[in-house]
This record gives sequence, C-alpha cells and structure tokens, in this order.
Amino acid sequence: MNIVIAGAAETDELGKLPHMSTAQLHLQAARNALADAGMTKDDIDGVATVGVPGPIQIAHALGVTPAWLDGTGVGGSSFLFHVRHAAAAIRAGLCTTVLVTHGESGRSRVGAPRPALGPDSLIGQFELPYGVLGPPTMFTLTALRYMKETGLTHEQLAEVAVAQRRWAHLNPRAMFQDLITVEDVLASRMVAYPFHLLECCLVTDGGGALIVTTEERARRSPVHLLGSGESAESPIISQMEDFTTSAAFRRSGEAAFAEAGISHDDVDHLMIYDAFAHVPVYGLEDLGFVKRGEAGPFIAEGHTSPGGRLPLNTNGGGLSYTHTGMYGMFAIQESVRQLRGEAAAQVPGAEISVVLGNGGMFASAATLVLSNHRP
Amino acid sequence: MTASHKPVPKPTPETQPFWDGTAEGRLRIQRCRACARHYFYPRPACPHCGSDDVVWVTASGRATLYSYVISHRPAPGFEDDGPYAIAVVELEEGVRMMTNIVGVEITPQNLPLDMALRVVFERRGDVHVPLFEPAGGPVR
Ligand SMILES: [Zn+2]
Repeated sequence: MNIVIAGAAETDELGKLPHMSTAQLHLQAARNALADAGMTKDDIDGVATVGVPGPIQIAHALGVTPAWLDGTGVGGSSFLFHVRHAAAAIRAGLCTTVLVTHGESGRSRVGAPRPALGPDSLIGQFELPYGVLGPPTMFTLTALRYMKETGLTHEQLAEVAVAQRRWAHLNPRAMFQDLITVEDVLASRMVAYPFHLLECCLVTDGGGALIVTTEERARRSPVHLLGSGESAESPIISQMEDFTTSAAFRRSGEAAFAEAGISHDDVDHLMIYDAFAHVPVYGLEDLGFVKRGEAGPFIAEGHTSPGGRLPLNTNGGGLSYTHTGMYGMFAIQESVRQLRGEAAAQVPGAEISVVLGNGGMFASAATLVLSNHRP
Repeated sequence: MTASHKPVPKPTPETQPFWDGTAEGRLRIQRCRACARHYFYPRPACPHCGSDDVVWVTASGRATLYSYVISHRPAPGFEDDGPYAIAVVELEEGVRMMTNIVGVEITPQNLPLDMALRVVFERRGDVHVPLFEPAGGPVR
C-alpha cells in the first residue's frame, strides 16, 4: 500500500498574527490543506496534532468524525512522527485519510498558555536552577564541545545562517530576505556565547497541515512516503550521551534510509530542522551526508546554497523563513513544494527529498524520505 | 553566599538523597553494584544494565568543563550576575550535570574546555545547589 501526502498547505500568512488564536491557525491550515487536496472534511477519518488545543478539539471544530486520533507530543518533530504513525495506521486498516495539523501562536501567544515546568520536574531540579532561558541557552550548549572536537570555527557556524539567507532571499514568504555576510552574523548581538542573534531562529506565528492517505485516494500530485524513522534521546540536554552527535538523528535517519532503500547520492533536496545554526551541522553528519567534522566546511564552501549539489533548507529555514516553536511542519511543507515543482526557490528536477525533524533540545527526532515517484 | 531569587529546585522522593547530600556539603550520585557504573540524574534503577542493586555514593567533587554557553540575557534571579556561564561538567566518576561556573570572571578566555573544577554549594531557600569553581579556588 503506497502512502502519500495528498494535500499540504500553510496558513495564509506567517509571521506576526496577533489577530489569530492557536486554534484558528490550526483550522485555517486544515482548511487550506483540504482545499489543496481537493477533499472535504468528510474524507477525513483520522486526526493528529500536538499541543494546544489537541486532536479532539480540531476534529470537533472541523466536523470530522475520527476513527483514529494521535496526540503524540514530542516537540517540533511531532508532525514527522504523525506522518509515520498515520502511515502505519492506514496500512493497519485503522483509518483511511489522516489530517495532520499544526498551529502555534509562538510570537503573539494568543490562546497558547506557556507550559509550566514545575520546580519538582527533572528540568526544574537539574537545569532551571542554573539560569537557563529556553532553547537559546540550552539547545546551544553542545556547540563549544563540538567546535573543540572537530575544529568548527565561529566563521563556519556563521556561514550556516549566511547560506540559509541566500535561499530566503529567493522566497517572498520568508520573514527575513536580505542577504547577510559572516561579518553581519558575528557583529549581531550576542545571545548566548558562542551564538549571535542571527544564529538563532525566528519566533513567529503560523500553522500548516497535511493530508496523509493512500495513493488510490489522492486526487492530485501525491508525494510518496518512501521511508521513515523515529527515535529519542535525553529529555534534558545535559544528559545527552555525546555533545558532538545526536543519537536520535542518527537512528531515525538510518531507519528512514533503510526503509526507503535509498543511498545518499539519490537525495536531491534536504530539510534539516534548524532552531540554531549548529543543528544543520549535526544533521548533515548524523544523517551520513558528510563525515564527522566535515559539515562546517561543506556548508561554507557553498554546497548547500543555491546552485550547490545538496540544496538544504530551501525555504530559508527556521533561521530566516519562520519558526513558530515547532518548526517541523514547515520543513515538510517545503519538501512537498519542492517535489511538486512549486517552491519559491525551486531545485530543478528534485525527485527525492529528505526531512529531518528535531524535538526539544536534541530530545526527539524523526526522518522522512519523500518522492514524487512511487516506491 | 546569600539567599537569592534564583529558581529553587523542589526534591522528589527519588531525588531526596541527592538534595540531602548537598545540604551536608556532599555531592552524592548513584552507583550500580551490578555493572559498577555511576549514573545521574537520580533514578531507582541503573540505566546502563537495568539492575536495581544501586547505592548512593559521595562523589569526589572534582570535575572538568565539558561545554558551556555564556548567557547575555538574565533569567529571573540572575539580573545582578552579568553574563553568566551555564555549563555542563563531567565528574571524575564519569557522569555529567548542568551547573554554573563561579569564582572566575566569565569570559571565553577564562573558560577553556576540560579545565579542572571543584564543587561548591550555594544555599537557595531550603535547598543547596551544586556549583563549580576552578579547581585551584576562586581566581577573581
Ligand atoms: Zn548497571
């Protein structure tokens, strides 16, 4: 049974949307994805979402009668998990057509309470007492160790932001589009040494949705799911086994490539969750596209930039396109656009795209291998 | 050190021995008697081999600097600290934990990775939090 993404769409706008609640963002994205798929809510019998307001409210608000629900909440990679879980559920006969939605008022915080992390939680006891202030002071913690062990330079780290801005420059929907230099990045405000502001992701409002179903049920330009993988590591970053490599990235990537039966040379287009500039560096190495310590020079030499041999984060990524807090949905959306030939910065002839999602701070990961050809 | 408005951890049953230890000026971690390995954070069984034959031991308090960031935006309670180091240190016993580096001016030049550190304790409310300073003592 061939599983496909039969519809994909984002909210009408991304960025600063104080007039829309989290639920509205979900529902607008859902309606746009249904329209994109040429389907109605009556075609949907499965719903997967993460966070607020959850799959029950989304299904109810849309008038969907669900036979299958998934609320897997593992951070920004959740939507990749949802696609994988939906594929399994459809193959098992539990449902036929799944709506995966994301909406997050990450910037305006409308209808989106912040999660309370109690002082008796794991993070409350062993990390919050040290003055951490969310991902910019936690996700970033691994970088100096990686730099010492591999020789990655501050300039090479800055090159990640520069390369992705080149893609954003070609994308009218990207929040930041002006070209930048390494000097600009290194001169931007220090957030948490060694990370400058331009090496940290945006904070935006927005949403996106997908329709996952069988090839037979798809009505237009289906994107095939060739393989997927998922894994997790430590719930708190201090207990990650090795600060220079993500075990969850490695394991999810190996599983997805194995199921798809592809090699790295087959990949035309790549999306790697980029909450901070070092994450694509880890992703390139942990997925096996380059050897350990080679990702920084690889990006600096332009191989992931427009015209390069491995186009990476072609929407501009979380650093320049949008980042609601759970970016994974937008990485999938860009892969779908590229495989349909509809991207703003289109990679000519892209046939196989790989998406690596991250959740939390290197806590969870999932990988999807997508193609515009059937397996 | 005086009390501050920094976040205060709240012990739970499985972590209480750790916090009892810090109140006595001791850094206690767990060791598995089946596989002879140490582990952290506190859990009822060994994450390496699964055995529940585990004991609390007092660590030497010696550590090295594994990685860090220097935060330039203060979290609540850290407003008076200036840029401060959020670090992960590796204890002599092989486990890692998050902490702050104290007793040295916080600059990248003063904080080479793998530098030798030793534990100190800071009272916050009813709890004593382990922090680390250069092994030779404060150099401020
Ligand atoms: Zn053991």
